[in-house]
Amino acid sequence: MESNPSSSGGCGGGSCGCHGAPNDGQGDSTRRNLLKAAGVTLGAAAFAKALAPLATWSRENLSVDDFLQKHYRELDKEQLAQVLKRIEEDTKANYGADVTVKDHRPQLQVKFGYALNLSICIGCRRCAEACHHENNHDRSSGNSYIRVLEMQKGSLDIEHANAHYDHPVPHPDKFYMPVQCQQCDNPPCVHVCPVEATWKEADGIVVVDYNWCIGCRYCEAACPYHARRFNWTKPQIPKEEINPNQSYLSNRIRPQGVMEKCTFCLHRTREGRMPACLEACPTGARVFGNLLDPDSEIRKVIDNKRVFVLKEELGTRPSFFYFFDE
Amino acid sequence: MASASRLGKWTFFGVIGVIAAWFVGALVFPLFQSDKVRPGREFAPRPVNNEPHPVSIRLPDSKPWIDSGKKDAKGHPVMVSCATCHDTRDPDFATNDASKLDEFHQGLKYAHGSQTCLSCHNANDYNTFKKADGQPLEFSQSMQLCAQCHGPQYRDYQNGSHGGMTGHWDLKQGPRERNHCTDCHDPHHPAYPQVMPVFPPKPVIGEAILAPHGSPHH
Repeated sequence: MESNPSSSGGCGGGSCGCHGAPNDGQGDSTRRNLLKAAGVTLGAAAFAKALAPLATWSRENLSVDDFLQKHYRELDKEQLAQVLKRIEEDTKANYGADVTVKDHRPQLQVKFGYALNLSICIGCRRCAEACHHENNHDRSSGNSYIRVLEMQKGSLDIEHANAHYDHPVPHPDKFYMPVQCQQCDNPPCVHVCPVEATWKEADGIVVVDYNWCIGCRYCEAACPYHARRFNWTKPQIPKEEINPNQSYLSNRIRPQGVMEKCTFCLHRTREGRMPACLEACPTGARVFGNLLDPDSEIRKVIDNKRVFVLKEELGTRPSFFYFFDE
Repeated sequence: MASASRLGKWTFFGVIGVIAAWFVGALVFPLFQSDKVRPGREFAPRPVNNEPHPVSIRLPDSKPWIDSGKKDAKGHPVMVSCATCHDTRDPDFATNDASKLDEFHQGLKYAHGSQTCLSCHNANDYNTFKKADGQPLEFSQSMQLCAQCHGPQYRDYQNGSHGGMTGHWDLKQGPRERNHCTDCHDPHHPAYPQVMPVFPPKPVIGEAILAPHGSPHH
């Protein structure tokens, strides 16, 4: 090791400039301090300048706390409480509305299932409207997690369905199939997310951490049910129309540039309540409940009706079932 | 100079080692990370031993009354009991269409199979219904009347897969309110009426409205 001292790198060789003038005196030391200070200042300025486009590219009013926030699943209770408080304050500042943002966790021994009776659905789209208001969607784009498809009787070809029908319903030759997130047990949208901003929770709901999402829209492309939506703009909602009962993983007002999706209204259903689309349905075509409870309404449907799932051949294993009465 | 050289070498390898350790750590660390949320946050409590909350059914507000066509002093319609007229008139068991009547029930739209008025209404007591076995039935119990013929619908209703509802899926956490047959079906023409759909979807950026094959969009 010591056989060839001259070959070692760094200052060890003694030829380096920093050892050249040990006795330069006080003047040089202050100049060095000055240079150091200038360097630090310039460096900090350059760093801020380099980060500046990030703020404009991401979203407006992105605070440092926002930017440095950890992934939802890595927050402990205190950190989460701070995050929820910050979101409430931001909503007040940006929208003027007093809202409550809670953290609804899954309940033990609950797995949600949804069934829809295609013989009863009349295609009135009240479910889509209820979703729009319940989940604080952008008013101008008329967004909703539910798309009601008008289908030819005798066919299940979704690609040839029409979502833009505009005539009295139900048309005698048609049936109507509302499609929303199927809460797959093998969710392609979750598999493709490059940053793990979306995942499946213990009660079967596929959720998005809107603060972790980078808006790449891979999940939107991966979903075979066209169930995911992208926030192209900052959602605009009049203050008095904002639903104040919000949850971090569901209907809080989403930032611009992130993905969102149906969460089976987890801010309601994890409190034992029905989803908003079910309550809005005037015909009772929708059945919701706990798949793990053998006496639940949803289990009675699955046990006794001839239910099917959409695009079964893809192996996504949806928690959303359709059936006909006759 | 030998000791300085050794120091430099150790520094060099030290730095390399730290970088390598950091690199390996960054690769290995995620493998040991749990996929679950932080401890204490996995699940929400759910009441287990609670008595189930009730399921209530909205009672029909129909009463055995009919508008007499007259107004009282305040302009409210004067309602009269069915028995006011029907007690003194002979029942016509063949009537199955309001247009055959000379007075009252004018304009009543009727389309309920081949039933006649007195298939359901009780000729012996017009303030009640008549079940298939001839027994009278209070107006408030009309679901039993419907269930006599519409068995599959009644079965589905009891199983929670027919008829709208609001409230809780989990009765341990709250009550539920259910619609009555007559909330959605007019008993005299029970087919669900056609309605105009609400809330038409708007095209979003990058999406064109395409008419389905074979049916021109307008």
